[in-house]
Amino acid sequence: MIMKNDIILAGVGGQGILSIAAIIGTAAVSRGLYVKQSEVHGMSQRGGDVQSHLRLSSRPIASDLIPTGAADMIISVEPLEALRYLPWLKKEGWIITNTKPFVNIPNYPPLEEVLATIASKPHHVMIDADEIATEIGSARSANMVILGASTICLDLPFEELEQAIRSVFGKKGEEIVHTNLSALRAGRDFALQHKNQA
Amino acid sequence: MQKMILLGDEAIAQGAIDAGLSGIYAYPGTPSTEITEYIIASKEAKNNGIVANWTANEKTAVETALGMSYAGKRAMACMKHVGLNVAADPFINSAVTGINGGLIVVSADDPSMHSSQNEQDSRFYGKFALLPILEPSNQQEAYDMVHYGFDLSEKYQIPVLFRITTRLAHSRSGIERKAKRAQNEMTLPGDLKQFVLLPAIARRRYKGLLGLQPQLENESENSGWNQYTDGPDKSLGIIAAGLAYNYLLENFPEGNIPYPVLKIGQYPLPRLWVEKIANECETLLVLEEGMPVIEEMLKGYLGNCLNIKGRLDGTLPRDGELNPNLVAVALGGKMIRGEEVPSLVVPRPPSLCAGCPHTDSYLALNEAMKVYGKGRVFSDIGCYTLAALPPLEAINSCVDMGASITMAKGAADAGLVPAVAVIGDSTFTHSGITGLLDAVISKSPITILILDNSTTGMTGGQPSAATGRIAEICKGIGVEEEHIRILKPLRKNHDENVKIIAEELAYPGVSVVIPTRECVQTLNRRMREKFKNKKTE
Repeated sequence: MIMKNDIILAGVGGQGILSIAAIIGTAAVSRGLYVKQSEVHGMSQRGGDVQSHLRLSSRPIASDLIPTGAADMIISVEPLEALRYLPWLKKEGWIITNTKPFVNIPNYPPLEEVLATIASKPHHVMIDADEIATEIGSARSANMVILGASTICLDLPFEELEQAIRSVFGKKGEEIVHTNLSALRAGRDFALQHKNQA
Repeated sequence: MQKMILLGDEAIAQGAIDAGLSGIYAYPGTPSTEITEYIIASKEAKNNGIVANWTANEKTAVETALGMSYAGKRAMACMKHVGLNVAADPFINSAVTGINGGLIVVSADDPSMHSSQNEQDSRFYGKFALLPILEPSNQQEAYDMVHYGFDLSEKYQIPVLFRITTRLAHSRSGIERKAKRAQNEMTLPGDLKQFVLLPAIARRRYKGLLGLQPQLENESENSGWNQYTDGPDKSLGIIAAGLAYNYLLENFPEGNIPYPVLKIGQYPLPRLWVEKIANECETLLVLEEGMPVIEEMLKGYLGNCLNIKGRLDGTLPRDGELNPNLVAVALGGKMIRGEEVPSLVVPRPPSLCAGCPHTDSYLALNEAMKVYGKGRVFSDIGCYTLAALPPLEAINSCVDMGASITMAKGAADAGLVPAVAVIGDSTFTHSGITGLLDAVISKSPITILILDNSTTGMTGGQPSAATGRIAEICKGIGVEEEHIRILKPLRKNHDENVKIIAEELAYPGVSVVIPTRECVQTLNRRMREKFKNKKTE
C-alpha cells in the first residue's frame, strides 16, 4: 500500500515549526520513507508568517512543494496562521492548531472570530498548547504539544516519534528529552479526547 | 550507509567536501548562505584543512576562489543571484583567463523574490560568459553535480556556473554520498601568462573559449544530466529545466507521461536533443524556473515558425516561481485549490525583533528629521530595510548593496540638503566604503548612519568584517574626526541621540553617526551558549 502524508506546517518566524518538521522527518526516515521538506529562510523569519511543506511517502517524491488542494493536514502553532494555508488543504484534510494567538501586528482580527472559523471546518483539533505546556512545566515545548496532537492523523507509529525526540534532543540532555516526551504525550491525549469530526 | 537528510544548499556543500574542495569563499545572501555555513561548521572540512571564509563581498569571493584555482586547488564561490552582479567582473573575465584547479561559482536565484529585490536569472550570466551551467533538479543531483562540475571545470580548464533556486536551496531530502576524493596538490599554471588579460593574450584566450563551445555542447549531449525520454503522443513535447522537471513529474504520479520529455540539467543546451524534440513534436512546452531563457533561445527574435508555449505566450505566468499547479494548468489540467483564505486573515509582514537596536536608531532619526520633512532618507539592504514599513516608515530607498551612501550624495548634489544614508555595518564593508570616499572627496553635505550591530543580521548572524573598526575606517577615508559620532541606541538615550543626529544633520559636510549595539539575536545566542557552558562546567 502507498503511504503518503503531505503536511503544511505553519506559524510565525521563531515559533519552532522546524523542530516539528525535524522530528517528523527523522521518524519517517527511520521507517525507510522518502522525505522532502521545504523551509522558509531569510527575511520572513523576522516575525513574519512562515510555513514549511513536509512530504512523506513510501514512493519517491517529485515536487518539494505540495500542490494546492492536496495537503492532508495543516499543523499550525498559531491560530491565524492555520487559516492562511486553507487553499492547500484538501476537502477531507485536518487542521491541527494551537489556539493561543501570537499578536505582533496591530490589526490582528478578533480571536473569537479566528477560532470560530477554524471550528467551522469539518476536521480539526484545537488545543491551547501553551497552557498544556505550562502545566507540564515547560512553556517552551508548546510546539511538541501540537506535534503530539497531530499524531492522531500522521501515518507514523507514536513510538517512532518518541524515538525521534530522543534522537533529536538527546544531545541537550535527559531532562529536555523527558519534557518534550511529556509534551508530546499530553498533546496526543488531548487530541484523542477532543478531535472533532463532522 | 544511511542517507543524510540535507538542504539543497547543504548537499552542495557536502558534495564539495567529498569532491576534493580546498577553499570556499562567500558573502551571505538568501538563499545561498547555508552552503558556506555548512562547511564552516563541518568538522570534516576543518580536519581536511578546507579554507572556508566569509568575504567582504561577492567580488572578493570570486577573485579569491580564482586565486586558489590559479594555485592548482579546487575552489568554490557562493552567492545569491544579485551577488553575481557584484561579482560579474571577475566572473566574466575568469572565463577568459580559464582556471588551473577546478572552479565552481554557485549562484542561488530567488524567483518570486522571497528575500530579494529582483528575480534575475543567473543562466543569462553563464551564457554571457560562454561558460557551462549546471542546474540540479533535486538534492541528490545537487550533490552529484558538484563532483561532475569540478571534473568538467578541470577537463576544459574553465569555471563552471552552478545555478540553483530557492525551493531547492531550502528544501531537505535524502542524499547518498560518493567515495571521497583527495584535494589537488598546489601547482602553478603551465603557462605563467595565462591569467594576464592584456589585449594580445585576452584575444587569443577568448578565441580559445569560443572554440570550446562545440565541445561544451557535446558534453551537454552526453553527460547524462540532459535526458530525452520518448513518449507516444507527439502532439506535445516538453522541455523541463531544473526544478521544473519535478513539477512535471508531480502531475504524473504513476510516471506515465505520454509526451516526449527533454530534461535539462546542463547548458549550453544539447543541440542534438533540442532539434530532435522540435522535429518530432507539433508543439513544445517549455517549463523553466525563473526567466524564459530557454524559451527565448528557441524562439529567437522572429521565431514564429515553431509552436512554443511557455512564459512568453501566457501558458505560464511571465514572473514568479513555478509550482505543480501552474504546470498542471499548462498541461491542460484544472487549477485545484482548497478553500480560499478567509477574509479575516490579514498579512503578517516581517518586522524588527523586540529590542532590536535598529528600532531605537530609527526612532531617534525620525525625530531629528521632523524639521526637514519626509523623503530624505536613503537606505540599504539588511534587516533595517524593514523600517520602510509601519510603524517606523523611516526610509525612502533600498536598491543594492551600498547604494544608500551614493544615492544620498547624488541627491545632495541635486540640492536635497541634508540627505541621509542609513546602512548596516556589514553592508558598509561590502560596498559602502568606496561611496563614502566619493562623498568625502566632494565634501558632500550628507549624514551617514552606519547601524553597527556587529553582525550580518538578516542572513542569520554571520560575522561582520567591520566589527570594532568602523570609526577607524571612516577616519582613514578622511571623514573629520569631530563628525564621527558613536552613540548607543537605547530608549533611555533617546533625547541625547536625537540631539547628536540633529547636530550632524546641520553640518554642511560629510558626517558619520554610528549607533552601536549588538543584534539581539546574536546576543541571545551568545548568552545561551555561555549559560550552557557554565552548566556543563
